[in-house]
Amino acid sequence: MKSRRSLLLIGAIPAFFLGYFFVYPLLTILYTGLVPDGGLATSAFSEALTSSTIRGVAWFTLWQALLSTVVTLAVGLPVAYVFARYRFPGRSILRALTLVPFVLPTIVVGVAFLAVLGPGSPFGVNLRGTIWAILIAHVFYNLAIVIRGVGAFWEQIDPRIEEAARTLGAGTWRVFRTVTLPVLRPAILSSAALVFLFSFTSFGVILVLGDLRHTTLEVEIWRQATAFLRLDLASALAVLQLIGVTVLLILYGKARNRQASELSLKPSAEIARSPRTGAEWTMVVATLSVLAAIVVTPLVVLVARSLSTRRGWGLANYANLFDPPRASASFVTPLDAIANTMRFAIPAVLIAAGIGLLAATVIVSARGRSGRVFDTALMLPLGTSAVTIGFGFLVALDQPIDLRASVVLIPVAHALVAIPFVVRSTVPVMESIQNRLREAAAVLGASPARAWREVDLPLIARALGVAALFAFAISVGEFGATSFIARPTTATIPVAIFRLLGRPGTFGEAMAMSVVLMAIVAIAALGVEAVRGTRSAEI
Amino acid sequence: MMNRSALAALFAVLTVLGAACSSAEEAPDEIVLMTHGSFAVSEGVLEAFTSETGVAVTVLESADAGTMVNQAILTKDNPVADVLYGIDNTFLSRAVDEALFLAYEAANIDLVPSTLHAAGNFATPIDVGDVCVNLDPAGFDALGLEAPTRLTDFADPAYRGVFVVEDPSTSSPGLSFLLSTIARFGEDGDYPWQAYWTDLVANDVQIVAGWEQAYYGEFSGGSGEGERPAVVSYATSPVAEVYYGELEAAPTTMIEDGCFRQIEYAGILSGTTAETTAQQLVDFLLTRTFQEDIPLNMFVFPANSEAILPDVFIEYATVPADPVLMDPSVIEENRDRWLSEWAAIVR
Repeated sequence: MKSRRSLLLIGAIPAFFLGYFFVYPLLTILYTGLVPDGGLATSAFSEALTSSTIRGVAWFTLWQALLSTVVTLAVGLPVAYVFARYRFPGRSILRALTLVPFVLPTIVVGVAFLAVLGPGSPFGVNLRGTIWAILIAHVFYNLAIVIRGVGAFWEQIDPRIEEAARTLGAGTWRVFRTVTLPVLRPAILSSAALVFLFSFTSFGVILVLGDLRHTTLEVEIWRQATAFLRLDLASALAVLQLIGVTVLLILYGKARNRQASELSLKPSAEIARSPRTGAEWTMVVATLSVLAAIVVTPLVVLVARSLSTRRGWGLANYANLFDPPRASASFVTPLDAIANTMRFAIPAVLIAAGIGLLAATVIVSARGRSGRVFDTALMLPLGTSAVTIGFGFLVALDQPIDLRASVVLIPVAHALVAIPFVVRSTVPVMESIQNRLREAAAVLGASPARAWREVDLPLIARALGVAALFAFAISVGEFGATSFIARPTTATIPVAIFRLLGRPGTFGEAMAMSVVLMAIVAIAALGVEAVRGTRSAEI
Repeated sequence: MMNRSALAALFAVLTVLGAACSSAEEAPDEIVLMTHGSFAVSEGVLEAFTSETGVAVTVLESADAGTMVNQAILTKDNPVADVLYGIDNTFLSRAVDEALFLAYEAANIDLVPSTLHAAGNFATPIDVGDVCVNLDPAGFDALGLEAPTRLTDFADPAYRGVFVVEDPSTSSPGLSFLLSTIARFGEDGDYPWQAYWTDLVANDVQIVAGWEQAYYGEFSGGSGEGERPAVVSYATSPVAEVYYGELEAAPTTMIEDGCFRQIEYAGILSGTTAETTAQQLVDFLLTRTFQEDIPLNMFVFPANSEAILPDVFIEYATVPADPVLMDPSVIEENRDRWLSEWAAIVR
């Protein structure tokens, strides 16, 4: 156990980061909105609480998020299991593809979804404007969180525990329920919390696939702020959203706080194997078919669309990206866009990994109330409306240094979203690391720092790799903060896609640019996987 | 206890980082232009301003006009920019009421038709465009229907399910179209705008959140991927189809009934510390150098009547003869009520 003093020291950095870049801007904008002329705008609250429209929005926000979380878990857990325990051809590529949805702009995904499930569907189903379209889209976007969040944990569980249970006569289901599930519980809860927060604050999916009756608080806050210019009502709704998120995070913290089981973790290289029996093959194929239907189909539609031109199939849309027939100063080649994207993504990953690891260390060491409060606080940015945080930056960050239009703010904003991923994926692993390993190291004369480096770090490295990949994907796909601060000459890939979508006639090029975005993330995911493969052999 | 020196060191690092990144922006030889996401300009145009004045132009792009106006209002006392460009007649009054702009009579304002001028010179008209219904003639042929010519056609059961519009509370062309139906059908009388919208809904109008979804996702004409042959877009969208598609003839058309005129203005933000340079920039936006660059980048018309239009505009663009031109103060007074009434009809 670390000393209180050093814990405070370690905790100060993430606390400062969260305080300066989240709490302070948030409080400032809420104060601006709710105390416009020195008095509290109580009318905005009563309006928010009494309007039946807003009550409907709040209720829909909650139940669709809960349902999305349950469905994402139901689809994701079998896939996570298959990836963790079996080897099969195309495993790495398929797993890399599951991360791709994370970065795709919702307008682009919306077009692909409507092509498959809209009025012109080849399957004859029209789900446009229904809750089903929203649910499927949330699963599409968030599946990677479950597959990787739980998977990273699952593939390190020593199968001998399960084998032991089986030897003692337990059936498959009983083994899962009494042995595997308790061990996975922290990782499942962590992933569920992240999926819930993303669905709860869903914005683009709702705008593109929802209709006027299906809308979330996130959309309503944005609409009140930007269409009606009602900052007071928008702020009251943001407070409502924040209360909802906090309550759920507290419940989650309580559920999670039950003692995590210490178990022996193993590198996955020894665990995954080829399916042997017919039943195993059937299970693997069936699970992967569901995955393919939900994740791969829309991606195939997008690639196909990028290859379709006015003059038949071909690469003209890609050629136009490099050498557009109609150039303007806002034109940016894919290579420049990739370079610009990396310029923000690399610092974002470093900030998120550094601050997230410090925070996770504090959370694990300071068991009990303070650790839990800190844990909850770090998750809040994910559950706060983006337009509120964005406006908060503008009103709060002009002093002592004016950061409002500074490029520093781009990786910072991305890291705010990514830090919960680092915390969520490293805390369960840290909690499970057997204390006696650490004690053994101490007995052998290692300093706490050395013990951490030699014992904890190698085991955390895998979870951190997963989190870093998510941080990368978050930064690469982010549009709002980036588009405001990025100059025309420093446009990232999503910014370039939106420019191409913003006018008639360049849809094919927008699709081609989206495929570039898909490729970057898939390559990064494959790269991490390759590095992981060699590293785990060394552990 | 908190380690003070660590905190101080962190602040120092942040300060250096911040200073390194923002020093260029705060230098007096730079001016910041805040605009919306549709802003585009050819290479070398803004540089012409720099070579004239020695002042570099930095562009800050907000996602949409509503966000931009809000950002400007929130930062009124200590603005992030000096000049705001791209605020239109649907939001202008709000900005003027908030005392967002300094009055200024631009050097070339006499070259702009007086119908476009803003009251009190708090903003300078820079470009003008019309939001109009676009049609896919081939799509109507395939349905065995005559191409519609009037807004009322879309309420006719014969034209059921052909029309897609944008939500006025999330989209700028959507708001323009709502306003044009209000002006066209009036608030009272036998067939007010509310009755027209009730008929549109009964006739299966598709309402989507934004222009991109309406045009690319639902519209069947031009580069649209959808099934519906009529969409709320811009009068110049057929021109853009010809231009980007490198075509000989426009694949889409527009109808003149119910076009709404959007005027985009530039205003000098009242908290600017560089008022003179800001005035120079507004003047520059009205010069032919900038004005003649507007059409092919943003597909709207220059406000300066002396600006020469590109050939593709002369050949393919239609300027509606009698568009709806609504006073910004009327829009500001009624916008919230109209949006609420509209929402009650379509929900």
